[in-house]
Amino acid sequence: MSKHHVTTTINGEAVEFLCETQETLLDVLRNTLNLTGSKEGCASGDCGACSVIADGTLVCSCLMLGVEAEGRSITTVEGIADGEKLHPIQQKFLEHAALQCGFCTPGFIVAAKALLDANPNPTEEEARYWLAGNLCRCTGYDKIIRAVMDAAAELRGEARAA
Amino acid sequence: MPSLNYAAPTSVQEAIALLAGAAGLAKPMSGGTDLLVQLRSGRLKPDLIVDTKHIPGMIGIREESGGFVIGAATSGATLEAHAGLKAAWPGVVEAMDLIGSEQIQGRASLAGNLCNASPAADSVPAMIAAGAVAVIVGPKGERTAPVESIVVSPGRTSLARDEFILAIRLPARPAHSGDAYLRFIPRTEMDIAVVGCGVSVTLDAQGVCTAARVALGAVAPTPLLVADAGAALVGHTLDDATLAKLDAAARAACKPISDKRGTIEYRTKVAGVLARRTAAIAFERAKGGVVKGH
Repeated sequence: MSKHHVTTTINGEAVEFLCETQETLLDVLRNTLNLTGSKEGCASGDCGACSVIADGTLVCSCLMLGVEAEGRSITTVEGIADGEKLHPIQQKFLEHAALQCGFCTPGFIVAAKALLDANPNPTEEEARYWLAGNLCRCTGYDKIIRAVMDAAAELRGEARAA
Repeated sequence: MPSLNYAAPTSVQEAIALLAGAAGLAKPMSGGTDLLVQLRSGRLKPDLIVDTKHIPGMIGIREESGGFVIGAATSGATLEAHAGLKAAWPGVVEAMDLIGSEQIQGRASLAGNLCNASPAADSVPAMIAAGAVAVIVGPKGERTAPVESIVVSPGRTSLARDEFILAIRLPARPAHSGDAYLRFIPRTEMDIAVVGCGVSVTLDAQGVCTAARVALGAVAPTPLLVADAGAALVGHTLDDATLAKLDAAARAACKPISDKRGTIEYRTKVAGVLARRTAAIAFERAKGGVVKGH
């Protein structure tokens, strides 16, 4: 079968690409479109390092075919910042040192963005459950949760949490 | 590697023609959370993927005759966001919500979980307890089948190769009804059931059970409808003697394997305990209580 011609929107820009059926959206993002922020950890939907937002829904890009992006709107980690200005979630990850090796960080940033878009005022328990599909083997998660809760407070316009 | 084809039909007829006419293995795909993992691992080598999500009726929830019709590819996240469905069938929604992460919930579906045919599928005992019916389409038209008749062995269903599930139907709810699903895992999230239990009951005005269905997962090659466990509840309140009969009936139905998640003895014991706990939640809900399940 010849390659599929896919027309989609990625980070607000119209994008066209060609892909084979078995290429996942993650394969296309990284290998065809050179958007290498999304990472391949497990390639089986367990680690969350490839998280993207598809039409407002958080998904693993390793569990979605590239051809399924036709007509959809995809947000990757590259689309989170406003140009050179980091998104508050990204800024708080830096301030709280919420990463060590950094491999899981793009997935956490995207998943946290989806959380705060849906629920601007999560409890810590809600944040921990929401992020349970993102694995980090360095930080022990505590700094990640603090960064997300602090970013949530800032996005709500509240004073910085202690 | 032989090339893998993909089609995204926009009608049931077109999808059936593709499935029936394919040379080699054709697989319907909804959320793909199981299929794409199996494709990647090489366990499954399809020649054609038929993406069913563009077929009208495959995505969405509608109320019909007091019950619900849930499109086969409707995501767990969509179920979780549907207040009416959650109020009527909290056990089914909670069972679906237990599957995987938020990322998985964005794509995974009840019908996908059913057709993956795992003995440990979380949503399946909850659907069986609920008396859910699969609406199946194929070359001969539409047929319905109770959910408990779909899984025939691990990884295998009773669907023909040119059939797929269009929707899951949940029946209308009589007054004083409640359902629940509990899963036992050794941690709080992201694990596969050691045992799962679904219970749905209807009570009379005095709180005596008039109808009950009990289902177990991960204790046999397929999810089980345990008729004796349901019968143990009918005509009774949840007194100690009734709970003991329920526990014994649940244990008697178990035909588990020993694996890294639990031994035969452990799974059997847990099945009885879980049946008691799940029934307690279902009864409380039937009495109008808002009970936290999972």
